[in-house]
Amino acid sequence: MSRLTDANIKLAKEIIGRYPRARSAIIPLLHLAQEQHGHITNAAIAHIGELVGATSAEVLGTCTFYEMFKMEPVGKYLVNICGTMSCALLGSDELMHRAEHTLGIKAGSTTADGLFTLEHAECQAACTEAPCLQVNYRHRYRVTPDQLDALIVDLRAGNLDGEIPPHGTVARVRQHIPAGRAVGAVAPEDATDPPVWLSTGPSINAKTPK
Amino acid sequence: MSESLTGTIMPHAPGFIAGDRPRIVTSRFEYEDSYTLERYLATDGYSGLRACLTRAAADVHNEVKTATVLGRGGAGFPAGVKWGLTPQGKFPRYLVVNGDESEPGTYKDRLLMERDPHQLIEGCLIACYAAGLSQCFLYIRGEMALAQERVATALNDAYAAGYVGTNILGSNFSVDIVLHWGAGAYVVGEETALIESLEGNRGMPRLKPPFFPAAIGLYGQPTIVNNVETLANLPWLLVNGAAAYTAIGTESSPGTRMVAVSGHVRRPGVYEIVNGTTTFRDLVYGNEFCGGIRNGNELKAFVPGGGSAPWFLPDQLDLPFEGKLVGAAGSMLGSGAIMVMDDTTDIPAAALTLTRFYAHESCGKCTPCREGGTWLERILSRIVAGNGTDADLDQLLEVGESICPGSFPHAASERLGLTAVPFPYKMTTICFVGPSAFAPIHSALTLFRDEFIAKIVKRTLIPVTAAPIAAASAAGGGQ
Amino acid sequence: MTLSDTATESAAESPADDAPPPDPNAVSVTLNGTTIIARKGELVIAAAERHGEYIPRFCYHDRMNPVGMCRMCLVEVDSGRGPQITVSCMVTVAPDMKIDTESATVKRMQEGVLELLLANHPLDCPVCDKGGECPLQDQTLAYGPGESRFVEEKRHYEKPVPISDLVFLDRERCILCDRCTRFADEVAGDAMIQFTSRGNNTQIATFPNEPFSSYFSGNTVQICPVGALTAQPYRFKARPWDLEQTESTCTTCAVGCRTVVQSSRNELLRYQGVDSDPVNWGWLCDRGRFNFEAINSDSRLAEPLVRTADGLVPTSWNAALSAAATLITDALAAGGAERIGVLGGARGTNEDAFAWARLAHDVIGSPNVYAQLGDGLPAGVLGLNRATIDDVASATTIVLLAPDLKEELPVLYLRVRDAVQNKRSKVIEFTPKPGGLTGQAWRSFGYEPGTQVGTVQQALADPVIAAQLAKGTVAIVAGRANLAETTAATVQALQALLAALPDAKVLPAFRRGNVVGALQLGMRPRPGGLDSRSTLMAAADGKIECLILVGCDPLADFPDTDLARRALAGARRIVAVDTFLTESSKHAHVVLAAAAYGEKSGTTTNLEGRVTTVSQQVTPHGTSRPDWMIATALSKLLGSDLGFTSVGEVTSAAARTVATYAGITTEALAQSPDGIVAEVPAGIDPINAVSSAVGRNSYDFRLVASRKLYDQAVGTAMSPSLAHLAVAATAHVHPLDIERAGVHVGSDVKLSSPKGSIIIRVEADETVVRGTVWVPFNQAGANVGELIDCTAVVTDLRIENL
Repeated sequence: MSRLTDANIKLAKEIIGRYPRARSAIIPLLHLAQEQHGHITNAAIAHIGELVGATSAEVLGTCTFYEMFKMEPVGKYLVNICGTMSCALLGSDELMHRAEHTLGIKAGSTTADGLFTLEHAECQAACTEAPCLQVNYRHRYRVTPDQLDALIVDLRAGNLDGEIPPHGTVARVRQHIPAGRAVGAVAPEDATDPPVWLSTGPSINAKTPK
Repeated sequence: MSESLTGTIMPHAPGFIAGDRPRIVTSRFEYEDSYTLERYLATDGYSGLRACLTRAAADVHNEVKTATVLGRGGAGFPAGVKWGLTPQGKFPRYLVVNGDESEPGTYKDRLLMERDPHQLIEGCLIACYAAGLSQCFLYIRGEMALAQERVATALNDAYAAGYVGTNILGSNFSVDIVLHWGAGAYVVGEETALIESLEGNRGMPRLKPPFFPAAIGLYGQPTIVNNVETLANLPWLLVNGAAAYTAIGTESSPGTRMVAVSGHVRRPGVYEIVNGTTTFRDLVYGNEFCGGIRNGNELKAFVPGGGSAPWFLPDQLDLPFEGKLVGAAGSMLGSGAIMVMDDTTDIPAAALTLTRFYAHESCGKCTPCREGGTWLERILSRIVAGNGTDADLDQLLEVGESICPGSFPHAASERLGLTAVPFPYKMTTICFVGPSAFAPIHSALTLFRDEFIAKIVKRTLIPVTAAPIAAASAAGGGQ
Repeated sequence: MTLSDTATESAAESPADDAPPPDPNAVSVTLNGTTIIARKGELVIAAAERHGEYIPRFCYHDRMNPVGMCRMCLVEVDSGRGPQITVSCMVTVAPDMKIDTESATVKRMQEGVLELLLANHPLDCPVCDKGGECPLQDQTLAYGPGESRFVEEKRHYEKPVPISDLVFLDRERCILCDRCTRFADEVAGDAMIQFTSRGNNTQIATFPNEPFSSYFSGNTVQICPVGALTAQPYRFKARPWDLEQTESTCTTCAVGCRTVVQSSRNELLRYQGVDSDPVNWGWLCDRGRFNFEAINSDSRLAEPLVRTADGLVPTSWNAALSAAATLITDALAAGGAERIGVLGGARGTNEDAFAWARLAHDVIGSPNVYAQLGDGLPAGVLGLNRATIDDVASATTIVLLAPDLKEELPVLYLRVRDAVQNKRSKVIEFTPKPGGLTGQAWRSFGYEPGTQVGTVQQALADPVIAAQLAKGTVAIVAGRANLAETTAATVQALQALLAALPDAKVLPAFRRGNVVGALQLGMRPRPGGLDSRSTLMAAADGKIECLILVGCDPLADFPDTDLARRALAGARRIVAVDTFLTESSKHAHVVLAAAAYGEKSGTTTNLEGRVTTVSQQVTPHGTSRPDWMIATALSKLLGSDLGFTSVGEVTSAAARTVATYAGITTEALAQSPDGIVAEVPAGIDPINAVSSAVGRNSYDFRLVASRKLYDQAVGTAMSPSLAHLAVAATAHVHPLDIERAGVHVGSDVKLSSPKGSIIIRVEADETVVRGTVWVPFNQAGANVGELIDCTAVVTDLRIENL
């Protein structure tokens, strides 16, 4: 049931086609599977292996290396509170305590209603805006405990549905390379000539109008 | 807090503060729509590419070499020289853009990707043209949803407008830029791990040599791995020339740099600073920058170059932001990240936040990092929790010695009568993640040993952190 | 001889002016203050070891790509910029490099790595199978810190967990060296074990419900540097210091992998691979590694049997041998030597085969002797320009006109796979059933039986293929890919290849352990004699007075089961020499209990013609005897004593009397652990082919029958750890053909040929060539041999619902 859908197989093939070697698409395809199902299932891993020509064990090895891939169901909203230095210096512990209290769960677990999973996260590249957190990988900056409570209320009420898609979806925009513009991916052993522009001198006339 | 801070805060670019300084990579940040193709084209966008395509590839490469564009990812290796390290005649060659910014304290590449994705794309194109790279993979950190969306949109627009893909601007230059994204692993920021990850594997670093990416990189082919900020410099450079570029900054460190200053300062932020001349004192205390320590507190220590860097004391404030000088003083510049600790900071607890980070982010490949990092974290956790023993302090250093044999770099301290041990350290691991788990412990223990002893002997618990800025200010400051 | 020794000696002994020109491959480096000459491109760890400086290591293995992971082999290397810390397993020597493997820093690093490796190690050495032969133990003793300061809680995992039917994993003991996972991926191509999770939680795992079912899984146990991987057949059987061992050669198939045979209390307990550079590189297949269980089997024949009114009953050797001699004498009296047939000899040693060839040809006088059983190619293939395994694995192009090497000659598969993986060779495959190497092939041609020659000719006419074949050396691996198609087809295809590629070398892909030795030492028909098929046909017609089966089971192994059955019924007298009472030997009038592998010494010949030693490690089961001894005893009773009193005498006699084995003596072999390649026999029976072209008829499908690694052969069936790995016989049909035939996947159907029919389950298999049906040979459930007519060119089939 949790293999990729036909629509996603089509997308998967498009993604695979961008790489000189199909296996490069493993991480993007795992994201696609997580987007479809909310977490990664064994069936999806096996399916991805088939699509890229890897064994299930190899895809599993890759999958479990990366923290964003969840092998168990998580809440609709994954709340990651950063606890690395800059955030710790400015109150991330308090923020985490408040989150645990408000959600009634410990970090690393999911609320009974399946809405929230709370995680202690490492640096989210917003150190000047500490303490920070992410909900489904959307940042919230300089969050006070009270602001956190308000955020949870908003999420629960669905007020942020337009901004924050359910867990699994990271970017809502995908790259699409138009067929007519694509150079195309070629296996390295079949593309051993130097690129043409290296030997031909200037590629356009300096006076070409904009 | 009486002195007024100068500079412009841009609400649409959280964290970024512009000032009366040259801006090479942040010139469009003042526009709310800076990430759109329309704005980019209206502000001279893609004219660096155009300039580049009117010249021979070797010429463009030389221009970049002459400008000495230092890599902004951490190692500070000149990009032009890096491009020249590919083996003669071996093709295809690839460009991999390192947008996996994760170093604690570092916050700049994400801004550049979110606020000016076309500038990055243009930089990629220039690099591909100059170094004969036939495909570009733009690897963005998995947790950066907005950056991924902005770059995807920009790429879709740039393809449609003919800036990327086949016969760019009607020339014989054709290259695809493929957006790739990660899934949560700090170590993938290391260039060989980035390549492993891009090949669909576990992001475990490869040993250099033999796996120098320029020689044996993606799919075993010559590969240039450049940082986002490094590439973002190229459009400006191609429009304005190497002379204009080197006119900013110093000879060894030309141009500007993005620096994030976080922690216990009045105004944490990301600043584009003049390379090589701006001092740490300027950054921490200058009113055009952070404006001093919060609540009028004293500076206790600071991390000058991201979480991996050995710590500095107020003694080092007058050092300029310059790689060689900082190295001689016992630390490194890394990826442009300063984390400031005031005198309320619980030093062992602060060190633990970094050691925990690196132990958590160990890929598990090298024994010393996999086993040693966790061991360090567990000892330090016990100490911070008040369960440390006398033997633990020496044991921390002993485990550290197994990761970094020999003397470990540290700063000079007048108070302690210490002279500096210069960078770099020796290491028993492939990459710097293992040593980075030890660096904060070594700094903290060398510079603030009494705080560790206090936790062991007296079993006193100092509050781990202070309150957030807003709360602290409302309460009148202080603890 | 090492390059460095030569160079050092010449530097020391000869004056500079008449020194030989400098060796372009020599690199002068300093190792702990002493100048040594390393080889260009050599890793520091290897160069140091060759010069007597062993650098401790866990992850490094010289038959796999280095990963620099365990950090045990850290040294200090000065390349002109001062001493740098580096792993010696990934850095190659460079001129004037200074290597220090014993500095204080190095010693501190070694202690550090060991302390860290032991931090989470359970130290359950007293109950660990590896204890006593454990690199972690040994190197801790030699390089370790002497004490552990780790006071935290260790990692805990469930232990042990099975990762396959044969191998168990203890993750607590595992030091994450990447050896097993690299082996699975790089060497075996079965990447079914992987690192999972990250950092301190990294562990080895298989995917749920996809075990590490590799034919080569046992190698991971052998190369594991700790007790993390243990093999089911050996677990808790012995302590290493109680094992006695001898070096030998595996004779399960004809590759001839070098092994160490280990026993305790006169029981075989374990085989380990030995790294023989020209042959197996240290690897073994699981069948060869674990089939010692069959030798220990209670079902072995412990004493000779003779047929009485009550059936076969145990008897004394004297009685059995005289009974056998009487049968032979009676047969000679009844019909002469031409009416006696001797089949087999491919399962024993060279000495067994030589003695039996002498007995059959010279004592009995029968020309009807053959070591093959209708499932190989004509012996004449041995007379072609013979390739060695190294010739194949270094050829620019390898042409496979052979059965699936992974199934029949597994370690040869590894060598060919390595040649492809490391981009030395391109493979062009012709096969009626895509298999293990198809994915590795540059070009793979799946052909329907009856079109083999045409397919080869068509490929040769392709200019791209012709250009590839013209590029460099070509090695052809030739064998019987389909037991349901005449050998003439393959012979013709081989002749077509050789006509186009006169310089190509040929490696015979003959399967049985010592079939090449047996054929070369005389177990083949004398002029006018019958081969196995003709012998069986004669027996079926009542024209064989005595059939002698020497370790040979026609009912199981001859492709045409009906003929084998009729032959055993039609032969007037049958004498069998065997280790087990097989379906065929059950028909014998006398069964002589034979000693098995590990119970006898001698030599063997692999498919290259390489002769290596086979060693006795335990005493023969019961009163069983080696075949050569049985032959000698019979010769005495038949009035013409072969006179052999020791196996060494047989070896010498073969070296004396068989031209191509000249000089291959026990003494010479003792000097050459990798063996001596016997010269290619001149004038061995030429390969003759008759037309194999055949058109389509009213039948819908053509049969392809070939072997899997695990089948009902006694070595597998009598090894409890292996027996259940044999697949049941099913008919593999392409999914589109299943539709065309109107049958259903998983259902039983009737498969009919002009010869007979069987009931068999249908399985969908996309790898099967359209229009063909593939059925594994000699499997439980349904006997595909019932469909095969060994006189037919191909076997046509119909599939019908029941």
